[in-house]
Amino acid sequence: MDFWGIAEWAAWIVSALLFLWMLVDAYRVGREYDESMLLSSREGVDDLFGDAGRGK
Amino acid sequence: MSEQAIGQQGQPRSINLLKVLGPVHVWALGVGIVLVGEFMGWNYAVGKGGAFGALIACWVIGLLYTCVAMIDSEITSTVAAAGGQYAQAKHTTGPLMAFNVGLYLVLAYTMLEAGDVLVAGQLIQIGAAELGHSVAFEPFTVLILALLAWLNYRGVFMTLTVNFIITAAAFLSILVLFIGVEPWNPGAMLLHEGLLTDLPYGWLGVLAAFHFGIWYYLGIEGTCQAAEEVRSPGRSLPLGTMTGMITLLIAAALTWYICVGLLPWEYLGWDLTLAPLYDASKMTGSAALHVVLFVGTLFSAIASANGCINDAARAWFSMGRDRYLPVWFGAVHPRYRTPFRSILFLIPIATAFALKAPLSQVITFSILSGLLGYTFMPINVFKFRNKWPIGTIRRGYEHPFHPLPAITLMVLCIATYVAVYLGYGRQLLAMMAFYIVASLWFAFHRYKFVRRGDQFTMPWPKPLGY
Repeated sequence: MDFWGIAEWAAWIVSALLFLWMLVDAYRVGREYDESMLLSSREGVDDLFGDAGRGK
Repeated sequence: MSEQAIGQQGQPRSINLLKVLGPVHVWALGVGIVLVGEFMGWNYAVGKGGAFGALIACWVIGLLYTCVAMIDSEITSTVAAAGGQYAQAKHTTGPLMAFNVGLYLVLAYTMLEAGDVLVAGQLIQIGAAELGHSVAFEPFTVLILALLAWLNYRGVFMTLTVNFIITAAAFLSILVLFIGVEPWNPGAMLLHEGLLTDLPYGWLGVLAAFHFGIWYYLGIEGTCQAAEEVRSPGRSLPLGTMTGMITLLIAAALTWYICVGLLPWEYLGWDLTLAPLYDASKMTGSAALHVVLFVGTLFSAIASANGCINDAARAWFSMGRDRYLPVWFGAVHPRYRTPFRSILFLIPIATAFALKAPLSQVITFSILSGLLGYTFMPINVFKFRNKWPIGTIRRGYEHPFHPLPAITLMVLCIATYVAVYLGYGRQLLAMMAFYIVASLWFAFHRYKFVRRGDQFTMPWPKPLGY
């Protein structure tokens, strides 16, 4: 098998590992954290111009 | 509102997307998504209208997108929420319009992402073939998608920092080619005098070229999706979007000038080897330019896919958070603070389209979804200005000459629909039918899950007349 043949296989294997890592992590997060916390994000910006910290 | 409150078991009670981005990241997101359109796709406008037809399309569609950028900058710098135009539609128009705009965004970016990774894989295949080896493109297409999804999953700051680097490199490759073809020495390499012709298909051809003129700029409106993760959206979003638009106008003009001076319009208009700017670099006979443009083309496709994953996931996440879709999609990763479920969910869809659907159909679906979104924007800005006139709320940017940009945008959108109908009439009608069916599903089934009182999130006074 030449370099490009190895590269093709390596691409499939690395892709599978990355997808697997993300799936396992997402599953683990779902088990470890409260669902209401994961869904607690709210829309709306309280500091539109980044000047709240400067007391404006 | 605090960013994060801590609960009794040490877990935070609430989490939001991370506010870490600046104007550079906004630029990288917008230009990153679009720049691939300079490397490929726009050249089909040459096939429709000739070289000058493509230049007119470049200007006219450039005007369309300048209007889009101006209107977007004003509204998004005020409605600074993930989902961009979806969140704008929710505030200015109503739930059904918002649902449709959200769907346009998700489909436009997911289809573009599929096209990008397909092209990136095929470029690696072309590169290997030029070195004398035969490889399949599929493993590299899937690898690029996996790497970008992983990057997006792990955090927005690194994702868009990487996008900035590869987008800047791709833009630089166009500048390098421009210098390499010695524009100060006409006739040495650039043969405009011999290659440029009259309009081969008349003004109807120029109108038809508008369809592919969209490639020069498709996706610059994607900057809005970063709104909830930008440190100072009122300043960063207009700055990033407008500088992005200026960058694209320069890149589009340079691309046209280089390509039509090196390649005959008959070849450029039906370039079957995928990337005209790369082909133009081969015409120079310089091995260095050949390599630089190969890398630039590959980087542009990767940057575009990266930005599209980011944007499609934000739009899907926002719709989930508002219960326009199952609320499960509205989750934020507790460590990386990304919409991780939305990122994961859309990846298999993009993979399927990248590997199974024809590129031209995928891209046409993306362009038409984008065009529907642009048609909404004049309506959006009229409603926004009427309900909250200047002075009633603080805006990060006020676009000049209102309502001229809105009227111009609407007229140009209608002209582009005609152009699309000339070449892709059936697809246009099929897609309209798809959105009508989706709207019926939303109105008669999904809307009952939406919490109507939670829709309006901006701390604004009551709109005028209410």
